[in-house]
Amino acid sequence: MSLLTVLFACMFYAATALLVVGLFFKIRTYARTPAPLKIPTTPAPTTKTGVVLRMTREVTMFESLFKSNKWIWLFGYMFHVALLLVVVRHLRYFTEPVWFWVDLAQPFGLYAGFAMVAGLGGLWARRFLVDRVRYISTPSDHLMLALLIAIGLTGLGMKFVAHTDIIAVKQFMLGLMVFDLQPLPADPVLLVHLTLVALLMTIFPISKLLHAPGIFFSPTRNQTDDPRDRRHISQWAAKLESGAQSNSDA
Amino acid sequence: MAAAKFEVPKLTGFIDVPAVKEGASAHVKSFPASGPIQEAIGFPGSLVEGWHDKAIAKMGDLLGRYRSLQVFMDACVHCGACTDKCHYFIGTGDPKNMPVARQELMRSVYRRHFTLAGKYFPSLVGAKDLTEELLQDWYSYYYQCSECRRCSVYCPYGIDTAEVTMAGREILDTVGIGQKYTNEIMGKLHRIGNNLGLPGPALEDTLSGLEEDIFDATGVPVKLPLDAEGAEILLVTPSADFFSEPHVESLIGYAKVFHAAGIKWTLSTTASEAGNFGMFIGSYENMQRAAMRIRDAALELGVKRIVVGECGHAWRVAYSFWNTLTGVGHGGEDAFSKQLQQQLDPNYPAPQHICEFTYDLIQQGKLKFDKSLNDHRTITFHDSCNVARGSRMGDMPGGQFVIPREVIKAVANNFHDMQEGTIHEATFCCGGGGGLLTDDLMEIRVKGALPRMEAFNNVVQDKQVNFLALICAICKAQFTKVIPYYGFDMSMVGGVHQLVATAILLEVPEETAQESEASDD
Repeated sequence: MSLLTVLFACMFYAATALLVVGLFFKIRTYARTPAPLKIPTTPAPTTKTGVVLRMTREVTMFESLFKSNKWIWLFGYMFHVALLLVVVRHLRYFTEPVWFWVDLAQPFGLYAGFAMVAGLGGLWARRFLVDRVRYISTPSDHLMLALLIAIGLTGLGMKFVAHTDIIAVKQFMLGLMVFDLQPLPADPVLLVHLTLVALLMTIFPISKLLHAPGIFFSPTRNQTDDPRDRRHISQWAAKLESGAQSNSDA
Repeated sequence: MAAAKFEVPKLTGFIDVPAVKEGASAHVKSFPASGPIQEAIGFPGSLVEGWHDKAIAKMGDLLGRYRSLQVFMDACVHCGACTDKCHYFIGTGDPKNMPVARQELMRSVYRRHFTLAGKYFPSLVGAKDLTEELLQDWYSYYYQCSECRRCSVYCPYGIDTAEVTMAGREILDTVGIGQKYTNEIMGKLHRIGNNLGLPGPALEDTLSGLEEDIFDATGVPVKLPLDAEGAEILLVTPSADFFSEPHVESLIGYAKVFHAAGIKWTLSTTASEAGNFGMFIGSYENMQRAAMRIRDAALELGVKRIVVGECGHAWRVAYSFWNTLTGVGHGGEDAFSKQLQQQLDPNYPAPQHICEFTYDLIQQGKLKFDKSLNDHRTITFHDSCNVARGSRMGDMPGGQFVIPREVIKAVANNFHDMQEGTIHEATFCCGGGGGLLTDDLMEIRVKGALPRMEAFNNVVQDKQVNFLALICAICKAQFTKVIPYYGFDMSMVGGVHQLVATAILLEVPEETAQESEASDD
């Protein structure tokens, strides 16, 4: 067993642990923090079904962003859909036999890599070209785009420029999942690709990538508009209420 | 009107996105609250010792109390979707008036103190220490936000800058920095019962004066009852309706509608204010304390229904928060809310907006109008931000856009909407909401009105509109003061129920009819 294999295996175990534990704690915080007041951005759905539909449109179509700015929507949507296809395609390296729908997505996933990088490029260009977006961009915003583009380019490089030993990579990944380490090819492009992915996993729960779980907890989007028909009260507000009552009784 | 000490934007016919001009409105600061004003509403009178740690502790407290704040601090990706959506940015070009940058004032401190990345790599992620300078920036720019929520419509994660502004103001108040305008009014509301500080006897005088005016003008004995026990409806309206022009014209409109419908109604001395500035400063406690007046009055007077007059933020508080804060609503299962809700008529929404009330009567054919009485007016309607994006009317989403317009169309012949993108959920704030309706903020009020003025000017030019119909006391006060800067006459501003008052036909009792004929002779 080469040192490289052990190193990368450890790296992925650590990155996965940080991703899962970090997200678990963040999501737990979101779930446990009360939303004391009804604040859906209206017009809002008046039923739970309506809220599910609104959230589905938000997550699958980026509805609000579409209303806001067609360029950001175009680049952002291109990137996210392409990323989804790419991730689906990558499932083939983690499953044996490969699920049929992963096979179906394969031809789309292959070229989605280009769309992904193009979308990211558009988003990055805005950070330089639009003065308002330039003003709000932090170094981490640029680095995040650089990281994602680098992941995309190294991936495309292995598929379209210099093939890596993908059979061996798959053996490594399958082994990784059952704690049975298999040798990882020492292909530099592959190693960079994998390192960057592990980095992305690591920073996910401590960065703006939290927008992914965050949107599901956003009260302006996930609340039903029914405050006149149902009394909505959080625990701390209820305590305040009983306190106020006993004060006025006294 | 004193000459403006700042450049009033020129109307171009288009709502242009300005280039970024750093610091363009940094000098605009409202007067700070004095010690007694602060203390009257439960905050320290001046900047407290150890303010930094107390501010951070308060931020931690709010992050634990409000999911909105916690999620909004984390979720922003700086995509830029909101950057051109704020009327204060459009009017000033100051980048800190872009919603995302306004949030960043707090988010940078959040990152520094509450995130791993900000603790160890502050400059990388834009994390900052809360310095006194930054605190002053908070004061400037959290009082250059009207909490209108327009940005929240366009944010892909629904981040609502109003929530951040409210949290920012609460943290500022907690360490002893408050705004004079809002906090002084908050104190008056607690002490006297309304924002104007109008005591009971003065209110009684005003109302009987109005009754005389209506009688003289119409010959109809329309009443404006005060503290009438056993009335069916309690009307809670912004106190500006009692005193200010054009607000009072709408009050006359409500009274005429109640009269025509033959429903017993009343105002209350102790609940003589629909407005609730507790929302503006993000203070749940102050907001609840003020709202309790309405619950108490409703219980005391034994009313079956509660109707709210024309006021934007008040309607948001009433519609969205009253049930939570005080049990004014339906569906409560606890003893506190049941006490009131068993008294309220389940056949009507609680609370009900005056436009919903009038609209229902129109639907039932219970009101008669002569629309031609409004023919001298060509009307457009401004959706108030808090009504449009923080509440609803009627039983379907978007009813808050339909119902006021239907009321206008039922009482007038000439109506034209302003352009798409400036109405309904995309409406622009008047520029004076959220605690900014004070003369010391006149520059930001005038500049913030720019996009609305552009849209208004377009219908004035193209459709000969001469009346801007409103359903908000703040909008009315703001536009009356601000549209002259843009070359319009302040008499173009008025309320929806002012239009109702003009067109409604009331039955003149025979006696009075004869009397007035006799006096005509």
